[in-house]
Amino acid sequence: MTADAPTGFRYIGRRRRPKEDRRFVVGAGRYVADVTLPGMLHVALVTSPHPAARISRIDATAALKFPGVRAVVAGDELAQATEPVFTGLDLPKMKRYPLAHRVVRYVGEWVAVVVADTRAVAEDAAELVEIEYEPLPHVIDPEVAMRPDAPPVHADHGDNIFYRRRFVWGPVDADFAAAPHKMAYRARWHRSATVPIETFGVVARWSPATQLLDVWASIQMPKYPDNLARALRLPGSAVRVHFDVDVGGSYGVKRGLKHSIVAGYLARKLGAPVRLLEDRLDNMRGGDAHGPDRIFDVEMAFGDDGVVRAMKMRAIDDVGAYAGRAPLQLGKPIGAIVGPYRIKSVAYEPISVSTNKTPEEAVRGFGQAPTNFAIETGIDLIAQQLGLDRVELRRRNLIRKDEFPYTIPSGSSYDSGDYHAVLDKVLAAADWAGLLRRRDAARAAGQLAGVGLSCCLEPSGGNAAFEPLLNPKNETTTWMEACQIKIDLTGAIVAVMNTSSSGQGHETLVSTVVGEILGRDPDTVRVVHADSLGALPSNSPVGSRMAIMLGGAAAGAARKLRAQLIAIGAHNLGVAPENCLYADGAVALAADPAKNASWAQLVEIAHRKYHLLPPGMEPGLQATHVWEVPTGGALPAADGRVQMYPCYAFEAHVVYAEVDRVTGQTALRAYFVGHDCGVMINPDIVHGMTYGGIAHGIGAALYERFHYDENGQLLSGSFMDYLIPSSHEVPNLTIVDHCTPSPLTTFGQKGSGEAGYLGAPAAIASAVNDALAPLGLHTATLPMTIAALGDLLATKDRAGAAS
Amino acid sequence: MSQHEITLTVNGETRAARVPARLTLVDFLREMLNLTGTHTGCEHGVCGACTVLLDGQPVRSCLMFAVQAAGCEVVTIEGLAPDAAGMSVLQDSFCEEHALQCGFCTPGMLLAAHALLQRNPAPTEEDIREAIGGNLCRCTGYKQIVDAIALAARRLSVANAPAADRPQP
Amino acid sequence: MKPVDFDYERPRSVAEVCRLLGQTGREARLLAGGQTLVPLLAMRLARPAVIIDINGVDELQGTGTENSSVLIHACTRQSRALADPIVRARLPLLAKALSFVGHAQTRNRGTVGGSLANADPSAEIGLAALALDAEVEARSARAGRRIPIRDFFVSPMVTALAPDECLTSVRFPVAHGVIGTGFQEVSIRRSDFALAAVAVQLVLERGVCCRLAVSLGGAGATPVRLTAVEQKLLDTKLGDAELAEAGRLAHDGIDAVSDIHASAAHRRRIAGALTARAIAEARNEALVGRA
Repeated sequence: MTADAPTGFRYIGRRRRPKEDRRFVVGAGRYVADVTLPGMLHVALVTSPHPAARISRIDATAALKFPGVRAVVAGDELAQATEPVFTGLDLPKMKRYPLAHRVVRYVGEWVAVVVADTRAVAEDAAELVEIEYEPLPHVIDPEVAMRPDAPPVHADHGDNIFYRRRFVWGPVDADFAAAPHKMAYRARWHRSATVPIETFGVVARWSPATQLLDVWASIQMPKYPDNLARALRLPGSAVRVHFDVDVGGSYGVKRGLKHSIVAGYLARKLGAPVRLLEDRLDNMRGGDAHGPDRIFDVEMAFGDDGVVRAMKMRAIDDVGAYAGRAPLQLGKPIGAIVGPYRIKSVAYEPISVSTNKTPEEAVRGFGQAPTNFAIETGIDLIAQQLGLDRVELRRRNLIRKDEFPYTIPSGSSYDSGDYHAVLDKVLAAADWAGLLRRRDAARAAGQLAGVGLSCCLEPSGGNAAFEPLLNPKNETTTWMEACQIKIDLTGAIVAVMNTSSSGQGHETLVSTVVGEILGRDPDTVRVVHADSLGALPSNSPVGSRMAIMLGGAAAGAARKLRAQLIAIGAHNLGVAPENCLYADGAVALAADPAKNASWAQLVEIAHRKYHLLPPGMEPGLQATHVWEVPTGGALPAADGRVQMYPCYAFEAHVVYAEVDRVTGQTALRAYFVGHDCGVMINPDIVHGMTYGGIAHGIGAALYERFHYDENGQLLSGSFMDYLIPSSHEVPNLTIVDHCTPSPLTTFGQKGSGEAGYLGAPAAIASAVNDALAPLGLHTATLPMTIAALGDLLATKDRAGAAS
Repeated sequence: MSQHEITLTVNGETRAARVPARLTLVDFLREMLNLTGTHTGCEHGVCGACTVLLDGQPVRSCLMFAVQAAGCEVVTIEGLAPDAAGMSVLQDSFCEEHALQCGFCTPGMLLAAHALLQRNPAPTEEDIREAIGGNLCRCTGYKQIVDAIALAARRLSVANAPAADRPQP
Repeated sequence: MKPVDFDYERPRSVAEVCRLLGQTGREARLLAGGQTLVPLLAMRLARPAVIIDINGVDELQGTGTENSSVLIHACTRQSRALADPIVRARLPLLAKALSFVGHAQTRNRGTVGGSLANADPSAEIGLAALALDAEVEARSARAGRRIPIRDFFVSPMVTALAPDECLTSVRFPVAHGVIGTGFQEVSIRRSDFALAAVAVQLVLERGVCCRLAVSLGGAGATPVRLTAVEQKLLDTKLGDAELAEAGRLAHDGIDAVSDIHASAAHRRRIAGALTARAIAEARNEALVGRA
């Protein structure tokens, strides 16, 4: 092994126990609700019962008299004292404050907060706050909201369109005209979200003596400290976010900026630490963490061979009453708008629509999962129309391995892949022919049974070029990540990461990478989370970026340290660095390995023996690496073409399902997924997130929906009606791995934090539709609940029949 | 506000306290005894993150008031390990199989699994899924959890397992 | 989600429970297993001034036999009832129903009496009790009385119990002969509230059905006996044609509610299918010869 290039991996890719697990299995995790400070006050929310109304009177007199109550704050006060909450689009006339300002725009919107000695007392007093409303017209259906005569959710903005643009890449119309076949369909992805078991919470403490706001939060959000500081009109150096809070799951949604602004404001106003912790009802209705709510109208133009030549897609997303970051979820899928297929021209029209519903937030995949569902629905419909096998049709359409890097019409280049190999692997593992026989036997016995398939991409790396794409005033092209590593005087290695974690195993990721480069056991590498004042820049775990970006940053810093160790060793052995060998932290003379400098000796020289340090070298052993996302750094072209995420993982799902002919219940009997995310740094972590993503996908496909009535009331606002899959609803899952490394990353790794969720809904829909096909039925609406399938199946009942 | 004196055993220790009637058992454990390993995910008895053992049986501690636990024996996640520095075979199996990610549902999951292995040392996959059917997880898809519990069952059934690792009757 | 403040009593005897309930001017709720009451308290949908915790009343615990009936006292845990050898031997339909109730964790606290008094239209225990012609015993400071189960469920979450009455036990007659039981339920996830559930107990004599009880829950305002089905199928061999007719009668003859989880029409369809399936299950069990 030479000094520079390791051959093969010692720790990367091996099954190793994730470091984090140890503290969680003994109940020693530290979540935001575990953070208690002396004198801490608690917040309860007063929320709107109306979907749209003017607030005509707020009277907190009775509430303020309640024993234990410290304050009641409402929208006017907060609107004067804070800046509006960040939004991703250019919407100057849409102002969003944490508390409704003069007008409420959705049921559950926060109108006032009550601060008291305990949460229970705050809730008691919240019931005493008197609020008078004058109801206004409201709009719930997004297609109704798009009409010019619809009541505007934001009167100043004028209409309910937050964003609309039609992108055309390639000769779409000509390709459609020339194609022998065309198909048009609608796919509906109803509103759901990844709903973590831990709700969002924040604790804020202001110290006038140091002019510092300390913040602990269950947060997963890029640019959270600076957005919080800006809203509170504080310099960034006056806000210290503690990233060492364990986050109990996020999968995108924990962006509680409005919660944090409230807590920060209250902490300063009241001179006491303040905790704002959502309870489950707060979370579901007013936590502003709903997921995509999409209507896709899609047309595909294809040949007799089923190869899709062109696609037109209109994607309406009902983002609810305010635009945060969620509308950008219409932009991210542009980076994989054709999925894994060789579609040559595309017209894409994203439309972000406002209605009087809870605002959406970022959800796992950032819009990719619904888009994949829309694309795969079409692929299956084409197969059905042409009488082609669904597997064969996909084989014909999939990008071939010799075509990489492959640039899609919207400008992104897919780095690497071998989709056919992954597909073959999963079909073999699932015994596709066997599943078909099983299905046919079930059908012969009178059951509805189906086999489903989906192929889709997981863009990873987090180059959020959709930001400038959807908002040209935001010319952000930097998507960096950083890591600092220190080797102290005792020889202990500490790596510092600069953001929070919510179960992705970042500490294990970093220690494995550092251990690999430095040749030291990863278990001896401690990984800590800096706070935002001590941290280097980070863009947080989003967009399946951390294996690539944090892994790359850690590797970069580790390489600098290794080079430094080699230089120290070489200097003390009296040779040039290229004449040395580095192994396990020691530097030896290549020509005579018995002459070496041990780890301890190198460390001591660096820290203590300046006289033995190479001239000009900084003392100590610490290195930092900050780097930009590969292929990032460019603004979109005028037609919207831009490189989105750098690395593309691939998944192929195979599902066997049975549907009860009368009840409409779906049982998933077999589930396989082929997964290629390049080199896996820790396989158990990658597999775990994939299994979890599939479970999320099962929820979105069959069970979960934020269900609104025509009055904007959320009917599924607790866990009694919003139904999260349990161990009974998620079957045993089998993952088959494949590896086509990325040429763009340190070890060939691609991201995979969003895996499973991106392809599962499409695959389950594929299976259910295969089950329905003998009856001539089809659905392209998720979730495929008992209610939905039951009523659909009933359309085929003979009059009065029940079995 | 009605306050009540209660005495109960928590993780083998006698604890005495004065509690408001409306204080739930989970809030009592977390806030008054500083045992923050038990978590609240919904406060209406669905997610199971608040699972503790009450007189040996797994229950949802958000659906009980502290005052109701007077005279009872409660075991929380902090009481599951055989000693302060160690882990039970079950906890170790969770680490071996990576049966958790964010860790929020994990204490409840472990206690439900522990109760299963107490009464059924050789559970089938269906038995395991039934036992954790009332504990929701959003991270793992349950697969590695099921594997971990099965692993723990196999390890505990090994005839020469150390006595300290065997489930207590 | 913290409850409103309340006073808390923990009586030791039924007499004391009744005395507390009888006190005027206090709005009280009885707390048994708490699996349904405590969520209501947390959501502030229930706002009692007093909670009377009956878990410490020994008289309300346990099972027993009385002539040809099985007696289950109100505060008996569902898990205990499910494991009870008397229940399993003499009330197989109730044992079946109990295995569908919630999760193991909720059954460790939930009680048989509490479930009945809660009167959720989709609750399995009430459904089985209705099929078994059970009798509820209630006591107040004024008097004690027995309420036939057919008169017990009034509307969703409302029973015939007076505000000052405590349900103390439920009495199940034990059937004799070649018995078959069936319990079929459709819920969205395994342990959710039933969209519809059917409980059946029948007796076969030389292959002919001589006693039949069919009850349906989850579809309408209360669990109901499907008397039209019972009358139609009595004295038949419960063949396929009869089962199909039973399903049709159930489908056509019941009231059903609509909500986000299923339309009324779909609940009717499910009810029809489950009626046929549950009767078939019971018939097959009896044919195999459970004595």
